[in-house]
Amino acid sequence: MKAWEDTMKKTMYEKIWDSHLVAEVAGQAPLLYVDRHLMHEVTSPQAFEGLRLAKRKVRNPHSILATMDHCVPTKDRDLPIADPIAKKQIETMAQNCEENGLNLYDMKNPNNGVIHIVVPEHGFVHPGMVVVCGDSHTATHGAFGALAFGIGTSEVEHVMATQTLPQQKSKNMLIQIDGELSKYASAKDIALAITGKIGTAGGNGHVIEYAGSAITKLSMEGRMTLCNMAIEAGARAGLVAPDEKTYSYLKGREFTPSGASWDQALAYWKSLPSDDGAAYDTIITLDAAEIEPQVTWGTSPEQVTGISNIIPAPEDFDDEIKQQACANALDYMGLTAHTKITDIPVDLIFIGSCTNGRIEDFRIAAEVTKGTKIADKVTAIAVPGSYHVKKQAEDEGLDKIFIDAGWEWREPGCSMCLAMNGDELTIGQRSASTSNRNFEGRQGKGGRTHLVSPAMAAAAATAGHFVDIRKL
Amino acid sequence: MQAYKKHESIAALMNRSNVDTDQIIPKQFLKKVERTGFGPHLFHDWRFNDDGSDNAEFELNKPAFKGAQILVAGDNFGCGSSREHAPWAIADYGFNTIISSSYADIFYNNCFKNSILPIVATKKQLASLMSEVAANEGGKFIVDLENQTLTTPAGNGFKFDVDPVRKDNLLKGLDDIGLTMQHTDLIDQYEKKHKQNYPWLWA
Ligand code: SF4
Repeated sequence: MKAWEDTMKKTMYEKIWDSHLVAEVAGQAPLLYVDRHLMHEVTSPQAFEGLRLAKRKVRNPHSILATMDHCVPTKDRDLPIADPIAKKQIETMAQNCEENGLNLYDMKNPNNGVIHIVVPEHGFVHPGMVVVCGDSHTATHGAFGALAFGIGTSEVEHVMATQTLPQQKSKNMLIQIDGELSKYASAKDIALAITGKIGTAGGNGHVIEYAGSAITKLSMEGRMTLCNMAIEAGARAGLVAPDEKTYSYLKGREFTPSGASWDQALAYWKSLPSDDGAAYDTIITLDAAEIEPQVTWGTSPEQVTGISNIIPAPEDFDDEIKQQACANALDYMGLTAHTKITDIPVDLIFIGSCTNGRIEDFRIAAEVTKGTKIADKVTAIAVPGSYHVKKQAEDEGLDKIFIDAGWEWREPGCSMCLAMNGDELTIGQRSASTSNRNFEGRQGKGGRTHLVSPAMAAAAATAGHFVDIRKL
Repeated sequence: MQAYKKHESIAALMNRSNVDTDQIIPKQFLKKVERTGFGPHLFHDWRFNDDGSDNAEFELNKPAFKGAQILVAGDNFGCGSSREHAPWAIADYGFNTIISSSYADIFYNNCFKNSILPIVATKKQLASLMSEVAANEGGKFIVDLENQTLTTPAGNGFKFDVDPVRKDNLLKGLDDIGLTMQHTDLIDQYEKKHKQNYPWLWA
């Protein structure tokens, strides 16, 4: 009997958990085995430093894939990095990877890009794996039916040294979404609608499994967008059961098994979906048909509403804390309660990030942009998630559509998702952004962020304010 | 790691919910390659005016809260990114205890790895603590991890829950990696099995 053949009814999360349990030593947290460890330059240097100080080694270098994404410039890549501290961080990453024999896609590498975009492109994550990264959006890889979650830098060091992590088992939440999404409502809108419904703490302590006909209909890209934002709902990880789409996406990629190994792997992958009748701690249901294109109006991803709505007022909330949060957010965002969402003007449009920086995102944005011009005084930047996305888009002529409309077509990186590389909003500037967080100052001190889907961002670029793309 | 025992200190009050890691330590300070020196940048965007002077409106700048080791904060503290720079900054600033009604998971985990005790209070307990601190800024609180008790001058203290494993590690200042490495043989055994079950991962 193989390790994964078990007769009890289990959820996918439980199956992955059980098969990765190394030990349950009394008086200590269960030790979980880690198959894949992803890295970028911001959260790893202190871990390597700790390893060196303790004279420890990387236990399993082949489990690691590293990239540079957070601090890298998205233009003038040939020039030296102007910020000396960012430059040092980039150099430290290169040195650490070199010293430990790790696979690094550095800034000049044709495989370079945002970690969560690059990893699936190379088939580095498969169903049933335990995957970690010093980055909360690691949840992205749950789209493949892998248990993927963000960890802190001490844990990065722990995984490098031991290939394991002491972990407490999470609760299991099922988010069941059936029905047909309306045209131009996307995975991003599902993710935002979920956060709006359950709140940014709604998933705390849970791993979310997304299921239902609306989820199976999503492409792999869409599933990645959805799982990417599990963390915005407070969850540790998001999961989607692997299916034919998953297998055909993986087939033939660099790190995907081939030949006889493919068949073996496939048999295992097919055993992963939750058993009928397996129990969940929490179940939430949504009707896909009711999900409108979403726009956040506040400074938390849960402060979100449909495009046909108005901005709420503090008194629209029952909860005192939410009233205060609404008042603070309106103040920071420079918005008046009960304004129509479609009346909010925008200054800057950003399409990119590990949430919406994949080829599909640029395709739909280009479809909306084609033959238009960006509005007066609007700046619009398109930042592909990786060089592969960039090349693919260019092969399809998408870059031309954006450039002709007045957009900037940039080099890949995290860019304005967290504005660490110099791409940022100025005080009071308002963005329509396809990234994942609208916290105060996330895109630059005093910057005001509205999270939307790529299609909604592209439509706002042309109109100079939010528009209901379903009506275009 | 430093051992966490018993602390007596004034408590600073931050009556805001959903305080996120971008506020705790804004990204412009994440480029350092060291673990130390983040304290001066804690809550940077709230704490300082544009000219770099202290923002007198910001709660932690109140003279009564100077030197506080305990931070009393609103619900869902530490949401957002996985950056451990957030607890590093909190510890470096001088806090060793946080009291809130809930925390984001990764942040909560990261605290224990940096000798910070995040105490989970009920909403009611938190509300009365908050009013006590507001009414008596500078009053001394005692946190006793061994006995899992919080004591306050006005008697709003309570017994709190903490995972026994985490408590033990915190009390002894034990480093997780060292603990796990005691079980290297179990990891070796597991890996052997892993290679048989999933050979394609090792090809
Ligand atoms: S794109 Fe944004 S969310 Fe994704 S890894 Fe980069 S900074 Fe993090």
